[in-house]
Amino acid sequence: MDMQGRWEDIDHLLLRQGTLVGPEFEPCAELRESLHNDLRVLVIGAGGLGCELLKDLALSGFGNIDVIDMDTIDVSNLNRQFLFRMHDVGKPKAVVAAEKVMQRVKGVKVVPHYGRIEEKDDEFYRQFQIIALGLDSLEARSYINSVVCSFLEYEADGSPALPTIIPMVDGGTEGFKGHARVIIPGVTPCFYCTLGLFPPQVTYPLCTLAETPRSPAHCIEYVHLIQWGQERPGDSFDADNPEHMKWIFDKAFKRAEQFKIAGVTYSLTQGVVKNIIPAIASTNAIISAACALETLKIATMCCRSMDNYMMYMGTQGVYTHTLSHEKDPNCLVCSPGVPFEVDSSISLQKFIELLLEDPQFKDKLSKPSISYQKRNLYMQAPPVLEEMTRPHLNSPLFELMEKAGGTLNVNDKKLTGILRVNVSFRGHNDTVMDMDTAGGG
Amino acid sequence: MAVRNSNKYDRQLRIWGDQGQLALEQANVCLLNCGPTGAEALKNLVLGGIGSCTIVDDSKVETRDLGNNFFVDWESIGLPKAKTVCAFLQELNDTVEAKFVEESPEALLNSNPEFFFQFTLIIATQMKEQSLLALDSICRKRNVMLLIARSYGLTGLIRICVKEHCVIESKPDNAINDLRLQKPWAELKRFADELDAEIDDPVIHKHIPFAVLLIKATEDWRKTHAGSLPYTSKEKAEFKVSLASKKHGEDEDNYKEAISSAYRVWSPPTIGSELQRVLDDSAVEVNSSSPDFWVMVAALKEFISNEGEGDAPLDGTIPDMTSTTEYYVTLQKIYQEKAELHVTALEARVKNILKRIGRDPQSITKSAIKLFCKNARNIRVLRYPPLEDEFNSIIGHELQKLLEVEENSNATFYVLLRGVDHFASSYNRYPGVFDDELEEDAMKLKTLSTTLLNKMIGGGVGGAVLSDDLVSEMCRFGASEIHTVASIIGGIASQEAIKLLTRQFTPLPGVLIYNGIDSTTSVLQLKSFA
Repeated sequence: MDMQGRWEDIDHLLLRQGTLVGPEFEPCAELRESLHNDLRVLVIGAGGLGCELLKDLALSGFGNIDVIDMDTIDVSNLNRQFLFRMHDVGKPKAVVAAEKVMQRVKGVKVVPHYGRIEEKDDEFYRQFQIIALGLDSLEARSYINSVVCSFLEYEADGSPALPTIIPMVDGGTEGFKGHARVIIPGVTPCFYCTLGLFPPQVTYPLCTLAETPRSPAHCIEYVHLIQWGQERPGDSFDADNPEHMKWIFDKAFKRAEQFKIAGVTYSLTQGVVKNIIPAIASTNAIISAACALETLKIATMCCRSMDNYMMYMGTQGVYTHTLSHEKDPNCLVCSPGVPFEVDSSISLQKFIELLLEDPQFKDKLSKPSISYQKRNLYMQAPPVLEEMTRPHLNSPLFELMEKAGGTLNVNDKKLTGILRVNVSFRGHNDTVMDMDTAGGG
Repeated sequence: MAVRNSNKYDRQLRIWGDQGQLALEQANVCLLNCGPTGAEALKNLVLGGIGSCTIVDDSKVETRDLGNNFFVDWESIGLPKAKTVCAFLQELNDTVEAKFVEESPEALLNSNPEFFFQFTLIIATQMKEQSLLALDSICRKRNVMLLIARSYGLTGLIRICVKEHCVIESKPDNAINDLRLQKPWAELKRFADELDAEIDDPVIHKHIPFAVLLIKATEDWRKTHAGSLPYTSKEKAEFKVSLASKKHGEDEDNYKEAISSAYRVWSPPTIGSELQRVLDDSAVEVNSSSPDFWVMVAALKEFISNEGEGDAPLDGTIPDMTSTTEYYVTLQKIYQEKAELHVTALEARVKNILKRIGRDPQSITKSAIKLFCKNARNIRVLRYPPLEDEFNSIIGHELQKLLEVEENSNATFYVLLRGVDHFASSYNRYPGVFDDELEEDAMKLKTLSTTLLNKMIGGGVGGAVLSDDLVSEMCRFGASEIHTVASIIGGIASQEAIKLLTRQFTPLPGVLIYNGIDSTTSVLQLKSFA
């Protein structure tokens, strides 16, 4: 499919040695071929960032791209999601985006998945060498992060096992601002390590909404959260139903009049109820391309990677800040193991109880299963395994762990991935892992 | 004025509003060269709904374009690139009138410079210094805005060339409302006095707005401190402690807000240095040909030294604060009414000035004056010196500063990006286009660029300043246009275009250098920058 000279621009990077390249970079034509034939990238989201990512990756020489998105195309997408036209409204984003990119960029294969990210199993995600995220919610990011970090395995010396790492690039935008980052699980911070980078969501106290509303948003949220349920019980609210939105607007308008509050408009009502984030084409283009460039770097090592987070602010001039965030050495999601010290006398049963009581774990666990070095110590399900492992409950954990501290893998329905707990026994300092070197990189 | 397609544009109308959208719809944009950098820049503007655009490019679609440009396809090989890109961009938005001219920008500059007068904004991509100089002088003559964008391997550069750009709605990210807590006017003080902060009723006590609590606390403080405000950090801490002592319970959010907002008492918004520079500008001496903006600045200056008593007009908005609805709405009204008075006062001054300079006193509308008052504190004026001045070294000082602070610096890329153009005029090709001359080209590029740098900063620099690593990367890049870099540079260019066209937000105050190796940017300020 490739005529002579088609990739001449990118070949400057792939076929020539450079001075600021990634580790073990070997310029050669096979690099481009493997980019096109062997490597598989997953793009999560086919919206503002996703459309750009697909275009950017296809024109960077990636030949096998999958894209997953659960949404259908809406009119309000058309000011930036450039793969969609008015006649595509209502169709699945992933399907239309894949078609358009394949049509324009000959030779690239884009496989669409119309559905939720939670519907795919681990095996699906394990197929990819790199995952690019074009998401707009913290929840979806956290979910994927947990899945990908649960694939991670650590060597005995505490370093992450390379074949178990699936790098992620992530972008996000709001108006003229955005961020792009590179996440190499086990090496650079994961989402959970830096959860504080996301601004807290705006919520209003219910008593303010009910008794002392002051802003148009207060009036809208009152109708949305309280009045709807009172006046239309059993009728579940659908933000995409124009009649529902109109109802909220009318009632909110009346409520605002009552309280002499000005400024309730239909547009604001939509904005508040749907928590709309303003979005423009140019910012999505900048952030997605920064992510796609990092994807190319990770895939080929033709240039060193960004380290590891860039924020972009375009409202007052152009200001970017690229900084190296640090991993949380005790991260619940990506660390080699959260330190947990216990008496050497306790039983596995007692250990499980202690886990469930611990403030850092208790919200995240309900019925934990425990394994140690691929051996099931206690499994909550299925019944036959539960019965087989039940006798361990009364054994001392110290014995089960061969009289040494180490990492236990904890599984639980409530967890998206796994929880690694690094157990040490009071009075026994010979833990397998040295935590000081575990967080390197 | 109703904006067409309000559903389609919903997500951007929330940023720049109907007025901003209208400005875009009235814009006539010209793109010079439609490689990926140009095509991506224009794509973002077509999606946003500019009025019309014209692409100028004389090349034909080649195989190489299929590896970096999304707006050409296999079937278009051999066809005019301008025509192909134009047709694919038109598909994105049928309300935009998309045209093309199959000619080289350089040829047009020579044969028909008047061609460029028709545009609101010109985006010049991948052009050499000599042509840019000619283009800049043409644009300056007719006040056509010029935006220059260049992608080169993993680097890029953007600069704006506009004589003067005045912004009313600069929309700073963290604007602080002007509350005048330390000097309340009569109505505000009366409202504060009427509320009893010592009241026993717990519901009322925890619903007295923090603005009122701070006005009262400031008044009390002044009584015991010879009329002065808290000044030292010890005094500020004491002020907060005394506020906290008036709390009736730990759950009183209004007191928490008052304590965390106490800084508003001792550091209220003042006339910032940027505003002061605008007020001191000689353009404030208005005449009959002065733009409306400067007439309003002249009125603002008078206002500040008269009824403003040293302050800019109130913007009339207050932040949300824990309060009963009634107190809050009343407070809101007090601020709004005062702001209205300021608008009326400024309006009278505008009319007087208009009369004085022989213009129709009604020629600036009340709504324009109102918008100006609301944003008075944050108005901006940007002036970009002629490109010739930048090329003739006025950038030297800033450049030197940047070279000193940064290791492997982006300032080096600035020099090298200009170096490759000089290389091209000397050797009729860019460095690194042939595999077997890479090392030789690197040496030549380094020599040329070192000479250039010495010219820029007035001499005294040896070859060591320009890192060999960056020089050799630059040669490795050849003159390649990598799609992702083009998309970043095109994206930034379109953001700047939107800011220029809507006259909202603040455009780049200098030359932007993009470094795709480390994913960083630097802005080189121009010395004669206003």
